[in-house]
Amino acid sequence: MLAKGQPRPMPSDAETSHEMSHQGGQPYRILDEDGNTLPGADVPVVPDADCLKLYRGMLQVRLIDDRYIKLQRQGRLGFYMQSTGEEATHFGGAYALKLSDWVFPSYREPGIAFWRGYTVQDFTNQLYGNSADPIKGRQMPVHHSARWINLVSISSPVGTQIPQAVGMAWAAKISKKDDVALVYFGEGATSTGEFHVGMNFAGVGKAPCIFFCRNNGWAISTSQEKQTASAGFAVKALAYGMPGVVVDGNDLLAIIAVMQDAVKRARAGEGPTMIEARTYRRGGHSSSDDPSQYRDPAEVTAWETNDPIERWRRYLVKRGLWTQAIHDQYATEITEEMMTALKTAEALGPPSLDTIFSDVFAQLPPHLVEQQAELLNGPRPKTGHGGH
Amino acid sequence: MPVYNIIQAVNDALRLEMKRDNRVVVLGEDVGKFGGVFRATSGLFDEFGPDRVIDTPLAEAGIIGAAIGMALYGLRPVPEIQFADFIYPAYDQIVNELAKFRYRSGGQYPCPMVIRTPYGGGIRGGHYHSQSPEAYFAHTPGLQVVIPSNPYDAKGLLLSAMRGEDPVIFMEPKRVYRAAKGEVPEGDYTVPIGKAAIVREGKQVTVLAYGSMIHTCLEAAKASESEGFDPEIIDLRTLLPLDTETILESVKKTGRVVIVYEAPKTCGYGAELSALIAEKALMYLEAPIVRVAGFDTPFPYTLENEYLPSPERVSVAIRQTATF
Repeated sequence: MLAKGQPRPMPSDAETSHEMSHQGGQPYRILDEDGNTLPGADVPVVPDADCLKLYRGMLQVRLIDDRYIKLQRQGRLGFYMQSTGEEATHFGGAYALKLSDWVFPSYREPGIAFWRGYTVQDFTNQLYGNSADPIKGRQMPVHHSARWINLVSISSPVGTQIPQAVGMAWAAKISKKDDVALVYFGEGATSTGEFHVGMNFAGVGKAPCIFFCRNNGWAISTSQEKQTASAGFAVKALAYGMPGVVVDGNDLLAIIAVMQDAVKRARAGEGPTMIEARTYRRGGHSSSDDPSQYRDPAEVTAWETNDPIERWRRYLVKRGLWTQAIHDQYATEITEEMMTALKTAEALGPPSLDTIFSDVFAQLPPHLVEQQAELLNGPRPKTGHGGH
Repeated sequence: MPVYNIIQAVNDALRLEMKRDNRVVVLGEDVGKFGGVFRATSGLFDEFGPDRVIDTPLAEAGIIGAAIGMALYGLRPVPEIQFADFIYPAYDQIVNELAKFRYRSGGQYPCPMVIRTPYGGGIRGGHYHSQSPEAYFAHTPGLQVVIPSNPYDAKGLLLSAMRGEDPVIFMEPKRVYRAAKGEVPEGDYTVPIGKAAIVREGKQVTVLAYGSMIHTCLEAAKASESEGFDPEIIDLRTLLPLDTETILESVKKTGRVVIVYEAPKTCGYGAELSALIAEKALMYLEAPIVRVAGFDTPFPYTLENEYLPSPERVSVAIRQTATF
C-alpha cells in the first residue's frame, strides 16, 4: 500500500522530485480509495460546485464511452477510443488551467475538451465526420480540434504534439504572456524522439509547458516495462533539468494539486514540469484492439476496484455533496444529450465535395482548381458517401 | 542600387521583415550570435535579441516542432535547417504535421512559416552537405516549395513567403550563395510565389530549371549559342504552386524541352514537369522530352562535378533536342 500523508513533492524542489521519481511505486496521493483525505495532506481548495461539475464531467466521459463503444460494435460508428478508468487525468489537467491556456491532447483525453466547452454534439459530429463536424470529415473519429477552446488538433502518430506544445509555450514566453501549454501523451510516447527533443527544448528554453504523461500501463499490446528500463517515467525529467512528479492517476484531487503546482511554476517563469500519472487502460487501445490476446483479465478486474470516479464519489459523499438523486439527474441529462447528439449526427449528410480541396492552402492553387473540376465533372464512385 | 550576393539578400529580407513585423522570429542551430554557418542571419541577434533570434538545441524535429507551436500561437517563425541534408529528422513534423495542420483541423489552425534551408551540390560537401530533397516536399499537399536562383529573387520571394498564409519550404542554392551577385533594391519589394521567370528568351528549345542549375543552364546556353542554337531558359522559382502557364506557352512555341535538375533523376521534380508537358502539350512536341539530372546514386564526394548536370551535358542535350 501507499504511504499515507506523505508530503507532496514540490516541483520546485528537484531533489524531492528526483527521489519521488525513483520511488517507483509511491505516487503522490491525497485521497485514499475510500475517499478520505490522507492525514497531513495538502488538500487543494475545490469549491462544492466545482466538485460536482468535475463528477458530472467524469461521469459524462464514462457514459459516452460505454455507449459509443457499443455503437461501434453495432457498426454505427467506424472507430472509437475509450478512456475508461483514466477520467481523472482529463479533469485534473483541465481544472488547473485557465481557458486562455493551451491544450495539446493525444487521443485519450476527451474530458478536457468537454470541460472547456466542447459539446457532446461537437464530439459526436466529429465521430461521424458529417457536415457539422468541426474538422469537415477530415480525420478518423476521436481526432478532435477546437480552436475556440484552445484545444489543438490531434494527430495519430504518437508524440508529435510534444515539441509543438513546447514551441507554443515558448511563444507565449516570447510574447510576454503568462499562458501555459499542457501536453498529454501516454507512457509509450516517452520512447519517441519527439518526447526527448521536446523535453530538452523546454528545459533549455524554460518554456511554460507541462508534460502530462498518462501512464496507463499499455501502448496497444506493449506493457510499460517494455518502454523503459528506468524506474518509471517521471525520472526522465531530471535529465532535462526539470522536476518530474509521480501522481496517482486515479486520484483527482492529487492530480489537481500537482497540476496547480506545475501551472504556478510555469506562470512564475520557472519553466516546465513533467507529471507522470499512474493509471490503467481498462479498455482496449481502440475499438480495433483485443486486449484478451495479450494481458491477464485479472489485471483489469483489479483496477476496476480502484476506479477514479468511484473514489471521487466517496470523497463527495464525505463532503456531503453527492446524492443518488444528483447522480441520477446527471445521468439522465447526459443520456438525453447523447441521444439527441446521435440522432442529429446520424441525420446529417457528409461534408460537401469541395471540402476535399479546401484548407490544403489558404487559397485554392491552380492545380487544385483543376483537380476539383475533375472530381465534380467526373464519374462518382458507387462506393462514395454521396457528398455533393 | 547595392550589389548583393544571395546570402546578403536573404539577410536583408529577414532584417526588413523582422523590423516590419514583430511576430517574425528566427530559430535554428547557430543562427544567433554566430549568424548561421553561412552567415545568413548575421547581425540579427544583436539587432533583435535572443527572444527573436533563437539558438536552439541540435535537433531538427525540435526546431520544426517548436516552430509549429509558435506559428499556432500567432508568431511568424522562420526556422533554419542548417543543411537540407539534415532536414530528414524533421520530416515527420514537416510532412505529417506542418503540411496538414490547416487541413486536418478543418481550417481552424493555419500554420504559416518559412523553413529556410541551403541545398544542393558543388561545394565539396559529400553525401550529407549536397542533397536536393525538393521533390519530397513538392509531393506533399499543403507545402509551397520555393527555390530562388539569384539575389533579387531571393529577397523578393523570401519576403512573399514570410507574408503568406501557408508553410513554405524555401531552398537556397548554396553553390551560388556567394557567386551569384546582382543588384537588389533597398527596402521593400516582393516577387510573387507561383510565377516563373524567363531568364533567356529563345525560340528553339525550352530549358526548364531552378536554383543553382539556372547558372549551369546559362553557361550551357553560351555554348549552344556559339553552335547556332537558341534555347529559352525558364527559371521556375516556385515548384509548388507551379507556373504551368509560362511553361506551356514556351513549350508550344519551341516544341522541344530539356529539363535540368540536380536531384536524382527517378521521381525527381523533372519527372513531374515531363508528365505535365506530355499531358498538356504532347501535340506541340517535335522531339522527346529530355531530362538532364543527377544520377540515381547517393551524392559522391570526389566526383561531384561528374555527378552534377554540367554545362557540357546540358548543351549536348540542347543540341540533340534541337536537331532531333
